[in-house]
Amino acid sequence: MKLLTHNMLTSHVKGVTNGYPLLIKATEVKVNDVEFNPEFISRMIPKLEWSALVKAAEELGHRQDLPGELVPEYEKNEEFLKKVHRALVEVEVVEGCLQCPESGREFPITKGIPNMLLNEDEV
Amino acid sequence: MDPSVDNKADVVRRSKEEKKVLRKQIKASHTLLKHEGISTTSLPTKSLVVANGGLGNSVSREELSAVLKEMGEVETLVMPSHKPYAFVTYRSEESARKAHVHLNGQKLLCGDNSVTLYLIFVDSVTCEEEVSVPLPEGLVLVEDFVSLEEEALLLAAVDWSHTNDDVTAQKALKHRRVKHYGFEFRYDINNVDKDKPLPAGLPEECKPILQRCVKNRHMDVMPDQLTVNQYESGQGIPPHVDTHSAFEDTIMSLSLGAKTVMEFRHPNGRVVPVLLPGRSLLVMKGQSRYLWTHGITPRKFDMVPTCNPQSPADATSDSGIHRNLTLSKRGTRTSFTFRRIRHEPCHCAFPSACDSQGASSVPSTSPPSPPSLPGCHADAARLEEKYVHRVYNTIASHFSSTRHSPWPRVCHFLSSLPPGSVLADVGCGNGKYLGVNPEVIAVGCDRSSALIQICAERGFQAFVSDALSVPLRTASCDACISIAVIHHFSTQERRLAAVRELLRLLKPGGRALIYVWAFEQEYKQQKSKYLKDCNKEHPGNRSPNNSMSEDSQTPDGNKSKHADRHLEDDSETHTETHKPVDNISDVSNVTDGKLSVHMNRTAFNTQDLLVPWHLKKGGGKKEGESAEGAKKDKRKDNSRPSSLNSNSDSSPGFEISSTSASRLDTTDCKSKPSPSGDTTQVSSCSLKSEPESVPPPVFHRYYHVFQQGELEQLCVQVAGVKVRSSYHDQGNWCVILEKE
Repeated sequence: MKLLTHNMLTSHVKGVTNGYPLLIKATEVKVNDVEFNPEFISRMIPKLEWSALVKAAEELGHRQDLPGELVPEYEKNEEFLKKVHRALVEVEVVEGCLQCPESGREFPITKGIPNMLLNEDEV
Repeated sequence: MDPSVDNKADVVRRSKEEKKVLRKQIKASHTLLKHEGISTTSLPTKSLVVANGGLGNSVSREELSAVLKEMGEVETLVMPSHKPYAFVTYRSEESARKAHVHLNGQKLLCGDNSVTLYLIFVDSVTCEEEVSVPLPEGLVLVEDFVSLEEEALLLAAVDWSHTNDDVTAQKALKHRRVKHYGFEFRYDINNVDKDKPLPAGLPEECKPILQRCVKNRHMDVMPDQLTVNQYESGQGIPPHVDTHSAFEDTIMSLSLGAKTVMEFRHPNGRVVPVLLPGRSLLVMKGQSRYLWTHGITPRKFDMVPTCNPQSPADATSDSGIHRNLTLSKRGTRTSFTFRRIRHEPCHCAFPSACDSQGASSVPSTSPPSPPSLPGCHADAARLEEKYVHRVYNTIASHFSSTRHSPWPRVCHFLSSLPPGSVLADVGCGNGKYLGVNPEVIAVGCDRSSALIQICAERGFQAFVSDALSVPLRTASCDACISIAVIHHFSTQERRLAAVRELLRLLKPGGRALIYVWAFEQEYKQQKSKYLKDCNKEHPGNRSPNNSMSEDSQTPDGNKSKHADRHLEDDSETHTETHKPVDNISDVSNVTDGKLSVHMNRTAFNTQDLLVPWHLKKGGGKKEGESAEGAKKDKRKDNSRPSSLNSNSDSSPGFEISSTSASRLDTTDCKSKPSPSGDTTQVSSCSLKSEPESVPPPVFHRYYHVFQQGELEQLCVQVAGVKVRSSYHDQGNWCVILEKE
């Protein structure tokens, strides 16, 4: 699971009103080499919940000094885009779990795949 | 219609009524053409098709015939099995005209339900002959095997007041009465306790009959076990194969009392109904005993031939299907099943169905008892768990190997998304759409962890989740796709919930593309004919750069834009809607509430069904011509008449492999030459025959196939949604939705 995906995921347990962002409890994290595409990253940024990305990167120890607030004119800031690139698409959680911030429900991540299935009584 | 009502009102109502009848007539003729390839004519002829007056509508020959005869002398009345219509040919055109005028819109009362008849002229009656289906290999039916006196004697020999069954067995069988002699068959363990013979051996009354069996070579040795079953009308027995390790090869079943219809099912989905008249002997050997399941559907009426049941006894008579069918009310039937206990493990040639050779004692041929349509949410979830989720997890790798060509029109939708769009593929399967447009940010989810595993191995971002509860932020997506997913939900509510959930994910202005499998496969038929013709021109042409590896299963495969355009012209610009006539298309649903098992590559006759998936070990390849197929053919040579072989490769239309049960079996009936669906089904299945002597395991997936307009109707129930366009793409109904 890349942080890009994490940025979109939310807890969907019945009754939970504030299930975003999911906490990451990683036991295995890897960093892949992914080709840097500044345009793609620039287009991605407005789709993100920025603070959630920063928090997640922090949890995994890959925040690099990413600012808490989005910088203006980031499209032209290659150094910034590279950091975002790293956090978004290079860092990957292989093993661990995601935890709902409200209910505490944990969703396992195995071989990089989050299992978000709920039990009957949670839907 | 009361003649005493006020005149004026009467006229108005009449004309309204007449208009309605006319409208329905037109609809019926459209439906008949579309679904059945029956073309009607507006000019009077001697023959009429009677829409809704069919066996499939529970209309019996007698009832219909009585009404038709009032209009004049009937020459022939053809009632195709399971169809909601019939054909009548009058002696004179005048009578036909009279029927056309007077019977149109008439209600016909049949037992508890009534149907409204619509009559339309036809030039000729096309499905006069039902091709008779060969009996399963090894099956022999001997009519009039015992005399009336012997029948009475045997029935009197069974003392029902005193059964030796233990309590558990009785509980398991509350639907029929059972009594064992010689050895007890224990339904809890699906076997006999060979060390515990029952005190009562076979009744004396059986001896002369069994001696005759041995003398006539139906059985080599005297049987030592007898099970007597008594079925009241409406009772049955689920499809099963008698446990291999319990009994020797030959099994004989003597039918006493009322006749019934027993269904034999091959693992490849073939079904052969066999009429068992009273006092007949059924002998099962070889394939029919070891591989085919047999069972009796619990119902009160059977479809049976009208021709006299006392036809000359013929050891190999095809009692399966005849022309001139009618409904027969079931009475009480008692069967005497004679078997020989087996003392060594079974070494039959059908290991997949053999418990001695490691197969589970419950055959996978058919679901042991097909499920019913769910009545509540919990039932629906359970049905989908068993007949969708578990199946996909089990077949994931084989399924995935047949699913690598993205469908052109789905790709078109994906390619039209602006760079940087966020895309969710809900029910992404093996992820074949996740990489189509590399400029978008794509995530996929699927209920099957095995399929998601494949996505991950391919480097896609994917997670396991249910389409009814997708763990993505509300309004986070620019686009969503749901390809061949929603037809797996078993209630209307759940299908609606799936659409609602998909739309929740969209931003305002975002778009969703939905594909579901269509009830109407004929739309595609024209197109597939086009494709089929291509295949014929280049038989076996599978060049390496040909991406059409799912060949028969992709909507357009590789076949060029040319094919696409053809399709578009054909369907999307088609604005006129032909809704099915009330009754006509849902009637065949009425089979006692149980889901029916679809025969691969045939037209649908019901909207809710189970579709078999024939698992191939080792994944990778596809239809017939593979090495595996060749091997199978060789094996087959030893075991069957060569006449069947000769057909197997010659017709590109009738693919041998049954892997046709694709996620969207898009070309299922492409080979159907029409006009009569039934005839073709029969011929296709006899062509298909059994391509292997060792059948692959079969799994059944639940589907709800959509009728024209149904998908749109479903989607507009969600608030704030606009249907941007809808179309038919190779046997699928498709919509593009926009969130407001």
